[in-house]
Parts: sequence; structure tokens; C-alpha cells
Amino acid sequence: MSSNPIRQSWYEASARARIAALVDPGSFSEFIGPEARETSPHLPIFDLPRQFDDGIAVGAATMDGTPVLVAAQEGRFMGGAFGEVHGAKLTGLLRAAATLKRDVVIAFDTGGVRLQEANAGELAIAEIMRAVLDARTAGVRVIGLIGGRAGCYGGGSLIAGCCSTLVISEQGRLSVSGPEVIETNRGVEEFDSRDRALVWRTMGGKHRYLIGGVDAYVDDDAAAFRTATLAAFARPATFDPSVLAAEQTRLEARLTQFGSAIDGRDVWTTLGITDAATIPDLATADFLAAATHRESADDAR
Amino acid sequence: MQTLRYDIAAPRAAGGTRTIALVGVVASGNLEVLLERGGPADRCTIEIATTAQGFDDLWAAVTADVVAARGGGGLRIAINDGGARPDTVALRLAQGIRLIEEPVA
Repeated sequence: MSSNPIRQSWYEASARARIAALVDPGSFSEFIGPEARETSPHLPIFDLPRQFDDGIAVGAATMDGTPVLVAAQEGRFMGGAFGEVHGAKLTGLLRAAATLKRDVVIAFDTGGVRLQEANAGELAIAEIMRAVLDARTAGVRVIGLIGGRAGCYGGGSLIAGCCSTLVISEQGRLSVSGPEVIETNRGVEEFDSRDRALVWRTMGGKHRYLIGGVDAYVDDDAAAFRTATLAAFARPATFDPSVLAAEQTRLEARLTQFGSAIDGRDVWTTLGITDAATIPDLATADFLAAATHRESADDAR
Repeated sequence: MQTLRYDIAAPRAAGGTRTIALVGVVASGNLEVLLERGGPADRCTIEIATTAQGFDDLWAAVTADVVAARGGGGLRIAINDGGARPDTVALRLAQGIRLIEEPVA
């Protein structure tokens, strides 16, 4: 919170600590909290431990006095992965948002679908994507925040792609396939998952901001995420065929423009950034100044 | 999966008025502790779900130690264990009892 002089790292915070820092103090009331013990029915089959909230906290709160709905994934429990209950909690929250006409904020921290409940998890992703689009059709904004240790991968990235606005920090990563998945399937020559700099040039927060994959770039600071979320709530909630057509046009142009680039740096150079190699080292203010040539999806999301 | 249950004599009742507290996370070497009010003021019940077999005596010793030192009477404590070491368990239990005793903001 802005009155707190000590910066709170978003990356290091737990799901509940993120919610506490995001919303007005004391305003969060949780739905199906840990005391309900609504745990995974699948994990015991594999003799794996369950978590009381199945790795996600959802509920209602206010931000600057305005009622909102909020969800946060716990990236440390099974990599924040979606299981049946985890997914159902988010689906329910989004359906409530459409009915109540309340904006939603989702703090992503996920590797995708939980392998031990793959079918239920994949179905959950589909249901959540539908619920996001139904909520947006009802005029609700769905804001995604990405800056956790697990990043936002797999089905989580597909849900993120349906959001009205995405906010990311340098630590955030957004991609359908994670580094290890690409390396396993295509070989280390294609993608070396242990090359951290390469990983961040390809799916990290700065790169995603530069190519318009996300809409706002903030410090790894809970207060900065809150400020960016409030700004996102002030944007238009337009969601109609013209928005989808604009996004299609933007993505086609991106393919033409960057299709031959083999590294993030080539993309940044093509964007007109003079010293692309320095991008990963820039502090937030300098990076935002250098990012004036960035692609934006302002009319296309 | 093994479920262990302990009903421990507590030297004093847990203070405060919070109805629930949650600390920790189910991750490797960590554990989740859910504390709720319930039961006699001089007893603390602890239920543990763990996949690590054969550590019953250790769990009994650690939970008895924490309750003797921190009180926790009138609490029902539930634990999901991710393979935490005894020192981590003791710290999480102490953290949980302190949290539920904290004044409501």
C-alpha cells in the first residue's frame, strides 16, 4: 500500500499476501475458504498431499471503495497448476462477475494444468475462458496480473490471452509452452531452458510488454500492481467484433513484421529500439522510456 | 497418505478472538497449518495428513513440545504436510498460534 514505506515484492508474496496488498485494507471476504476444505478429489489417488484451498483464493473486496472480485493463485502449491476444484472456483467467480457486473482481477501464478488431473484441468481451462468472455460480453473488465514465481504458462496463458488488460513485472513470464517443454519437444538447439537470459528475452515481462502481449509494465512491487490495476479499471470495457477484428489484424501484422526474427533482440531492433542489447539491463524508468516504440494492443483487447 | 491425530493437554487456552488462521503452503519441505476454534479450553487437537510414513513418534514429540511452550488450548489444528522437517513444523505451529491470537485489525 502506498502508505507503507517498505516495498513488498509481488514475486515473493503468497497468494493471500498479494490479495491483501492489492485491495482496500480489511475489505477481502473469501469464498470457499480453506476452512471449507474443498480439496482436490484426484490427488489422493496419487498419494499426493492436498491443500485446503486447492491452491487458489477467490472472493470479493473493494479497491478505492469500488466493489471488485479477486482471485489469486498460489504458485508454490503444485506450481499454481489448475485442477478441478481450483478451476471451478475461478469459473464460479467469473460467472458471479458477469451477473453482478463487477470487474475482476486475477493474480496469475501457474505452470498450467495439473498433470494428475489433466482432463478435469483442461475442461476447467475451457470453462474459465468461456466465463471470461461471457463476463466481458456483459461489460465486465477482467484484469490479469503476472509477476509470480511460476509465471503464467499453459492453460493459464490462454486465459490471460482472453483478459481485458494484462499487467506484468520484469520477473513475470507469459507463454503457452514453458522453457523445459520446448526443450524436451524440440531439442536444446531450439531452446536451451537453462539459459535464463534467453528465457526472459523470449517470454519475460519486458519482451511481452514490447510486443504488446501485455498492456502495462510495473516494478516487482505490490503497490505498483495495485496502481496499475486501478488504471486498468479506468479503461473502456469495450468487447465487440471490432475489438476482435483489430486483434486479428494486429497479430497478422506481428507475424509479418517479426516472423523471421530468431531472438528477442531482433524483435526489439525491428521495433526501432536503437540499442536493443541493453534492454534486459535497464531499470524500470529507463526501460519505459526506451519502450516508446513498443507495439500496443490498446484498441485490440 | 497417513492421517495422525493427537489430543494434547494444553497449559493455557489460546487468546484472541480470531476464528481462523492459516499459515504455510503445501510445497516441498513445507506444510500448511489451519487453526480453528473448538473443543475444551485445556485441550489442543491436531490432525496431520502426511505422505511420509513412519514418523509418528517425531510428530507426537514436536506437537507436544509446541503446545507445551505456546499453549493453544481450545484450538483444532489441521495440517497438510509437504515433507517438512521437524524444525519447520515447530515454527509453523508457533506462527499459526501467534496469528490466531493476534488482535483483529
